[in-house]
Amino acid sequence: MWRRDYFFLMAQLVARDFKIRYRNMSLGIFWSLLNPLVMMAVLTFVFTRLFPGNPIRHFHVFVLTGLVPYGFFALAWATATRALLDNPSLIKRVCLPREIVPIATVLANGVHFLIQIGLLVLLALAAGYGVNRYWLWLPVVLGLELVFVSGLSLASSALDVYFRDTRYVVDSTNLLLFWMVPIFYSFEAIPAAYHTFYQLNPIAAVVLACRNVLLEAKAPPASLLTKLTFVSLAALVLGWGIFARLKRRFADYL
Amino acid sequence: MAHVRLSHVTKTFTRHAGRRLARQFLADWRRRSGGDRYTALEDVSFTLGQGESLGVVGPNGAGKSTLLSLVAGLTAPDSGQVEVSGRLVPLLELGSGYHPDLTGAENVRLNAAVMGFTRRRARELFDRVVEFSGIGESIHEPLRTYSSGMVMRLAFSTSIHVDPEILLIDEVLAVGDQAFRAKCMEKVFEVQRNGTLLLCVSHDLDVLERLCDRVIWLAGGQVASYDRAPAVLEAYRQHVGVKSGPSPVAGP
Repeated sequence: MWRRDYFFLMAQLVARDFKIRYRNMSLGIFWSLLNPLVMMAVLTFVFTRLFPGNPIRHFHVFVLTGLVPYGFFALAWATATRALLDNPSLIKRVCLPREIVPIATVLANGVHFLIQIGLLVLLALAAGYGVNRYWLWLPVVLGLELVFVSGLSLASSALDVYFRDTRYVVDSTNLLLFWMVPIFYSFEAIPAAYHTFYQLNPIAAVVLACRNVLLEAKAPPASLLTKLTFVSLAALVLGWGIFARLKRRFADYL
Repeated sequence: MAHVRLSHVTKTFTRHAGRRLARQFLADWRRRSGGDRYTALEDVSFTLGQGESLGVVGPNGAGKSTLLSLVAGLTAPDSGQVEVSGRLVPLLELGSGYHPDLTGAENVRLNAAVMGFTRRRARELFDRVVEFSGIGESIHEPLRTYSSGMVMRLAFSTSIHVDPEILLIDEVLAVGDQAFRAKCMEKVFEVQRNGTLLLCVSHDLDVLERLCDRVIWLAGGQVASYDRAPAVLEAYRQHVGVKSGPSPVAGP
């Protein structure tokens, strides 16, 4: 049997996405830093200057811990949903495992995510937050977010082949999520009745876990981690299943 | 041993695939009818094995490309069996998957990976691919600066060097200028001599005559004739009114 080099293939596809996005821009890779920085500046201005008296310390770092995981999720999901329709030739003209196409798009966004995480950590250190052993939870939590986005993207990209409105549903959901994830407000401000809802929303859970680790120097609560793990894995299994069912007729619909 | 076997394969498509409204989709799903369908291929059977080469002829829309997609496993048949064993490389549309903003070299590497090269083989073969294509120093320029002929040359070179056991060719032998075309044909003959199975769609009947042992003539999705190449090609020539030998309308 013919063994393909899937790692090489994935690396090439990720590199392609990455190069295409930045090749023709004079600022290049700095764009992936500029976007969260601008959002951070605007939100900090609004919630500390226009509405003064905000009790949250170092509001800019606080906001950025929300913006970075949310931004990765929103962008990765939206672009991966379009991935199959953006690359019809990879589906119709060459033999390759089709799951690889949306996942490569998610991973390409993951590269930007890593750069932004670097920025976040840098700003947290600059604001006086120290390194602690709970930082080891960061790769776990961010890895789970990657799993969640991959699962969701497998499902939505497959659906988008048949119903091209899927991408608009995704875009609207992302917009909604900006408010439903505690980006510019804190978890403590939320009435207790809604706490479970926030912990079941994986993106909110990731943001809360990042704040626990980076700003409060404590481990994320076990209940949150369990729910996050469960929901992320469920999304992956479900997404994979939906993709496997729908992929048979992709070539006929593209 | 590498082989391809199709038995009683039928393939239908939904009309308006990809732009149906949810309402229609739900209606079809409730009726389980699958909607308004047309048959692209009906009850097609053939076997290809042991160093053989098979040609496919027929007018536009006869189902030739659908046949290759089925063999490549890119689409699934509605009924019948498609059995393929061996390393298969489809050469269906040259330059698909190539991106204009990437350099020629980056495109070669990307497509080598897509076609199934390992990292090491891709490195080993890179120089040979570039040399065969005759692109030279421009290989490090973005693809959008290439002429369309140059893109085709690069794409053909990459695909042919993957070292397939089964090669599917869809109208891609008419690449570049006369000299490069001759080089391509020579390379295909070389690949064929090394035991690669060929499944070749072409409107250039002379090419098929030189390349193939047997030929399938498709008409309206059905096999009109399936026999030794000279016999089928002669009948097909008479049917479409083209005289034997070098013809003015040969080629796509």
